[in-house]
Amino acid sequence: MGYPHSHPLEVGTILSRHFGDESARHLEAWTSQGGYAALRMAVDLEPAEITGIVKDSGLRGRGGAGFPTGLKWSFMPQDPNDAHYLCCNADESEPSAFKDREILRWVPHLLIEGCLIAARAIRAQHVYIYVRGEYFPYTRILNDAVVEAYEAGYIGQNIMGSGWDCDVTVHIGAGAYIAGEETGLMSSLVGGRAEPRIKPPFPAQSGVFGRPTTVNNVETLSAVPMILTEGAEWYRQWGTEKSPGTKLWCCSGHLERPGTYELALGVPFRDIIYDVCGGIRGGKKLKAVIPGGSSTALLTADELDCESTYEGMQEAGSSLGTASPIVMDEDTNIVRVIRRTAEFYAHESCGQCVQCREGTAWMAKILHRIETGGGRLSDLDTLYELCEQLTGRTICVLADSIVFPVRSSLDKFRADYEALIGGRACATSWYP
Amino acid sequence: MSKNIHPAVVSAQPFQVADLRPVDRLFEDEEGADRLAKAISRYPEKRAALLPMLAYAQERNGWVSPDAMEQVAEVLDLSPAYVHSVATFYTMYNKHPTGRHMIQVCTCVACHLCGGEEVFKAFLEETGTQAGEMSEDGQFVVMEAECLGACGFATAVQVNDEYFENVTPETVSEVLAKLKGAAE
Repeated sequence: MGYPHSHPLEVGTILSRHFGDESARHLEAWTSQGGYAALRMAVDLEPAEITGIVKDSGLRGRGGAGFPTGLKWSFMPQDPNDAHYLCCNADESEPSAFKDREILRWVPHLLIEGCLIAARAIRAQHVYIYVRGEYFPYTRILNDAVVEAYEAGYIGQNIMGSGWDCDVTVHIGAGAYIAGEETGLMSSLVGGRAEPRIKPPFPAQSGVFGRPTTVNNVETLSAVPMILTEGAEWYRQWGTEKSPGTKLWCCSGHLERPGTYELALGVPFRDIIYDVCGGIRGGKKLKAVIPGGSSTALLTADELDCESTYEGMQEAGSSLGTASPIVMDEDTNIVRVIRRTAEFYAHESCGQCVQCREGTAWMAKILHRIETGGGRLSDLDTLYELCEQLTGRTICVLADSIVFPVRSSLDKFRADYEALIGGRACATSWYP
Repeated sequence: MSKNIHPAVVSAQPFQVADLRPVDRLFEDEEGADRLAKAISRYPEKRAALLPMLAYAQERNGWVSPDAMEQVAEVLDLSPAYVHSVATFYTMYNKHPTGRHMIQVCTCVACHLCGGEEVFKAFLEETGTQAGEMSEDGQFVVMEAECLGACGFATAVQVNDEYFENVTPETVSEVLAKLKGAAE
């Protein structure tokens, strides 16, 4: 169930059943509760059969883009003699996302099992789990689990006596947000700067080491074992036709009960905030939410009546993203929050594209100037223009990502900007 | 001890640690040679062992010196300039020696909303340092960090390879006391 809090609305079956239970990290306890049963099934299935089941389940990528997982797997070449790779993206670094961390630290064997099944489906001989560098304590837990699984014969040569071989390597990054972008991750894994590249070629054509590669998120892969053992229909009992299954929601900011909750997709978004998370801390009013991680558009208190699905959040003018709402109470200065967000993107821009490298830094500087009382009304036009210049002109979507919060804050909270430009510096500003 | 590290996880060892085992020639002792061989064995191309070996250099020495970069370049058949370009891309490789306890306070969006900057200020005050500056006794360096991925537990603070969660300005002294206790 949820961690550190749980709630009756939670499903808690697929991903979060053992959150908070340290014993589930260890192989003995894990297998005694049915762990690795799905892998046993998978070794007797043909790759296309596994892909078919996952396709039928409607599972969509949980890293933010929401691309159908089975379809992604089906893009991999079918030649069994070719070297293929699976990369598990555990470089969770989207501000406000911390769901993959909970999977790594509570149910590492679930992730390993999901990785192996996916590897079988795409005929990969080697799985690389790329974990963000900062996650040392959780990498240690994952490392122990990988070694246990090797020793028990779940990874390596002749897995479970099936004649099938597959290796798993854990690989850690070193503090680059952009390594979470799939082509950035691949550049980093092979020993380079985590610089994204233009697609095509797509990873399924040419990925790590120039070979066909699939990159999947931790949460996506962790949903696979139960889809296999219980079936696609079973998985579809939760969620909607287009967004089936469950989703980890990691909620932060001014909430009574922040944390991670596993919910069926489609729960009213308002209920996640006011019911599951207990509403706003100290009984205050909600001012704004960034619903899907910092790269999504702000919603105001009047825009919360939407369905928590990929489609529903889009209709509301934002995005499901990584399902990581950051909630802000009525006392929040939006300009200050957006300035801090822009600083993050300026810091994390890889620097390849001029628009992004310069534009994100300009945004941060202009926002800082407005926040500290030196802004002018024309700055707002400049910010809008920057939003225009940063959209769709760069190799990856990092630049596009900062546009969503900045533009939506200008559209929806212009009064906050104007109040500061009127000459009164932000009273709570910490900067000199 | 290093001998026992399974090759599958050799590329995922914590490299921001308090207890260093400094060495001049990284790959000439048994441990260095073992780490290098194991890391290389996991990838079809030698170059992929670059990040793991930079991490190893930092795990032993606390930072990645220009000399360490050259040694890594040599064993992986890469140019020193290339290794430098990669090492400097990533924030977690220290390009200078740092304090025994590197305190990174998250002030990114969620922690920022929940008082991360006040926690950061409290750490600076309690250690008597400026941001990024080493304390006189060499024990502490306090820095701001981008999102540490513990947003539901704001304010998150990372000290070397450990996380401290729900830190407030009031509990900063407890964190420091714990670190000082560990140092003794």
